[in-house]
Amino acid sequence: MDQKAWNGFVPGNWENNIDVRDFIVNNYTPYDGTEEFLVDSSIKTKKLWTKCKKLLSDERLKDGVLNVDTRTVSGITSHAPGYIDEKYEVIKGLQTDKPLKRAILPYGGIRMAKQACEKYNYKLSPKIEDIFEKYRKTHNEGVFSAYTPEMRKARKSGVITGLPDAYGRGRIIGDYRRVALYGVNKLIEEKKKDLNGLINKSMNEETIRLREEVTEQINSLNELVEMAKTYGFDVSRPAENAQEAVQWTYLAFLAAMKETNGAANSLGRVSTFLDIYIERDINTGILTEVEAQELIDQFIIKLRFIRHLRTPEYNELFAGDPVWITESIGGMCEDGRHMVTKTSFRLLQTLFNLGPSPEPNITILWSQKLPIGFKRFCAKVSMVTSAIQYENDDIMKPHFHDDYGISCCVSAMRIGKDMQYFGARCNLPKLLLLALNGGKDEVSGEQVGPVFEPYTDEYLDYNKVISRFKEMQKWLTGLYVNTMNIIHYMHDKYAYERLMMALHDTEVNRLMAFGIAGLSVLVDSLSAIKYTYVKAIRDERGLITDFEIKGDYPQFGNDDDRVDSIAVEVVRDFYNDLKENETYRNAVHTLSLLTITSNVVYGKKTGSTPDGRKKGEPFAPGANPMHGRDKMGALAALNSLAKIPYEHCMDGVSLTLTLVPRSLGRDTSSRMNNLVALLDGYFVQGGHHVNINVFERVVLEKAMEDPYNYPQLTIRVSGYAVNFIRLTRQQQLEVIARTFHNAM
Amino acid sequence: MTTKGRIHSFESFGTVDGPGIRFVIFMQGCPFRCLYCHNPDTWSTDSGSLYSALEVFDRIRRYVPYFKNSGGGVTVSGGEPLLQAEFITELFKLCKEEGIHTAIDTNGFVDSNSAAVNALLDYTDLVLLDIKHIDDQKHKTLTGCSNRDVLKFARHLDSRKIPVWLRYVVVPGLTDYEPDVKKLNKFITELSNIENIELLPFHKIGEYKWKELGIDYKLFDTPPANDCDIKRVRKILNPSD
Repeated sequence: MDQKAWNGFVPGNWENNIDVRDFIVNNYTPYDGTEEFLVDSSIKTKKLWTKCKKLLSDERLKDGVLNVDTRTVSGITSHAPGYIDEKYEVIKGLQTDKPLKRAILPYGGIRMAKQACEKYNYKLSPKIEDIFEKYRKTHNEGVFSAYTPEMRKARKSGVITGLPDAYGRGRIIGDYRRVALYGVNKLIEEKKKDLNGLINKSMNEETIRLREEVTEQINSLNELVEMAKTYGFDVSRPAENAQEAVQWTYLAFLAAMKETNGAANSLGRVSTFLDIYIERDINTGILTEVEAQELIDQFIIKLRFIRHLRTPEYNELFAGDPVWITESIGGMCEDGRHMVTKTSFRLLQTLFNLGPSPEPNITILWSQKLPIGFKRFCAKVSMVTSAIQYENDDIMKPHFHDDYGISCCVSAMRIGKDMQYFGARCNLPKLLLLALNGGKDEVSGEQVGPVFEPYTDEYLDYNKVISRFKEMQKWLTGLYVNTMNIIHYMHDKYAYERLMMALHDTEVNRLMAFGIAGLSVLVDSLSAIKYTYVKAIRDERGLITDFEIKGDYPQFGNDDDRVDSIAVEVVRDFYNDLKENETYRNAVHTLSLLTITSNVVYGKKTGSTPDGRKKGEPFAPGANPMHGRDKMGALAALNSLAKIPYEHCMDGVSLTLTLVPRSLGRDTSSRMNNLVALLDGYFVQGGHHVNINVFERVVLEKAMEDPYNYPQLTIRVSGYAVNFIRLTRQQQLEVIARTFHNAM
Repeated sequence: MTTKGRIHSFESFGTVDGPGIRFVIFMQGCPFRCLYCHNPDTWSTDSGSLYSALEVFDRIRRYVPYFKNSGGGVTVSGGEPLLQAEFITELFKLCKEEGIHTAIDTNGFVDSNSAAVNALLDYTDLVLLDIKHIDDQKHKTLTGCSNRDVLKFARHLDSRKIPVWLRYVVVPGLTDYEPDVKKLNKFITELSNIENIELLPFHKIGEYKWKELGIDYKLFDTPPANDCDIKRVRKILNPSD
């Protein structure tokens, strides 16, 4: 079709249909070697990055927000083009007219936008406030007009927390590569065909909604062309070289960031796609390695500069100002070849060239069969930067094939084929306390759930406790699914992600992602009840608010089947109960064990638990064992986690592992080998995800005292990375209290 | 099949006690009272918990994937493992049936003619031999015991052609006296089974344990070994690198 753009590419189905995966498989070149070909960043990049570092430092000095445009509602074409320093910029485009200037996106909720402005001493334009309060309903208002009293109570008590009912839901990954490969005109043409296919159908709610959505998608694509023009690019046609391929992909992502501020906005899986363009240009002699690295470095700089305006409450849940621009690298192709390319290396190299950073959230899709040179390079990157995470391609590929990406932290989705309705986590330890107290909140004393008979015996009996817990869980899972249905109905209606969805197939598969928080606290509590004596202590209200534990009990994280089997059962039962409930737009139920940094907030809202944890103390993050209870060392903890079946937890099982450098071995080479073996060993047993941190506790303590000397100190928390110094003091202390594996 | 092992603790991710990733079993009980010991809680022969070899093996086999990928295996340390040679023999038999690499980390203070010890060596792939001091008198001061059996055991391992990684703790002022180190080097060069020499810098990480146990810590004023101390000793023991 397009002679110049596709010249030299191997033909295939991708030429006639929108099929990026087919293009990649037919054209990519696997790379088996080591990192020795990599180069330092170019002079231009160095100059640009120096300016960027100054801007980032200014931002930190202004409480984390450099500037806010309070007078413009952000949209794809809302702002004039912006530059950091045009003469050094190889990849262009900013969200607003100035770097790090944040925009207002009120469609999720006007209150959030207003509060966020106030928090940073800005004032939202009265005109915008007026429009969204008087004339234009938001997602937030929609949700609250449909919530039931029971939903409000559950939300308030914290038994379900983190519902995306006041801001953008996020978690959707557009296939930004489509813009580079096909150009926007072709995409519009295809969407118009889809719209025509929706003519002779009965005009029920489903068809009407879809027709409206596809029309909106087409509008957003036209706006993308217009926005790109302001930077001097014609994205209506396909990219013709590597420079354009990176630029087009970035502009598509940028446009999505201008119209949505969802909680996580992942990039997908672009490195091997872009590698095809880079290889072609290098082979024809129009691109050098330094220029190739320059494209990737500058692309990454732009991703590191994406910002959204958040409220303090939001930051408490998801600390460190994250965007979750997750990029997935590696994995295996269905034809048996690995999908590591030189650009997979170049992308990792940015962490050396530009220094460590939480964004983009680089995720290695690990397979036993990845080439050893790449595995060792990943281990090296982890050891130096602690900035990347690993997920098991061998268990995800059978479900999601070879062109999926990770959204946010641990959620797999086929790019352009699956989308996700994300929402919240259920606080399981709190649910246990509700079950013991007949549906009353142990902190407020309020009746949150339906009235059940409270637990009346002095000592806790395992079978009696479990049967009450299961009863309460059936109620809560029903409530949880219904709450999510309302949220996503309203989000589709009032804050639809037009461009992201334009970069999906029109017939999209929907996932609804539920979550659990506090798994190890619940499991240890049940284990304590089962294997030792736990006495309930009641307060003056007659509520059980504390426990006396006699003796030791097996604890999660020590590869002990007596307790690990409880974890497996808890997850399976919760998932099965969720599935009993019908979802909005027939979304497929999925479940994650992931908390981000919200484990601190969940703990704060939860009374003492039968495992010995005291009221208000943080939970462990994700699916981690509780701090300090994993006494058999790192691998025992990994083995416990690996038992949790992925089939019940397809939205991901998150583990954060912190190792001090010398615990990995005596010298760099054996440390690298041991880290590779650790990853291979964990994943071959079915483990799903692991964050690897390699540093000494004392480094964090120093960074707390003297943050300005650690501007780029990056740590993995739960499915993402943060700048340590941007965490709240309480979150920093919780991170320091976590288990540091320190075998001697 | 009834011998039970008295065990202090387990570490699933050992990376400094033999090649690759090691599952390390810390046995309870030790005849030495080394002044620099960082695990004095493993001295007593009547604390710890009892396990059968099968129970311990059931733990070990869960880590085979990690051993395979790293060239690792199981290391029995302590305490002094050779005090419980029969138990470890049972355990190592099970390991060898599964092709798991076996190592013991010992101070070598045993009777080289003991049938139990020799039976264990039949199933031992590697010995990490910790020679505390080459001078008998100083060895006694440092550990409370003579080094005669230790040196004899070292020669015995050589005659049985069992690979040894020799370990030497460098304690400033106590084990780094040059003539002593030279004497040690002479002893080592007469052995043909030494695959590796590891110098372990003295550190004070275990000091708090002494306090907890109410034992008087005599090395209070001894500084931890620094890179210079290590280099000096390495020059004598390892002229090749």
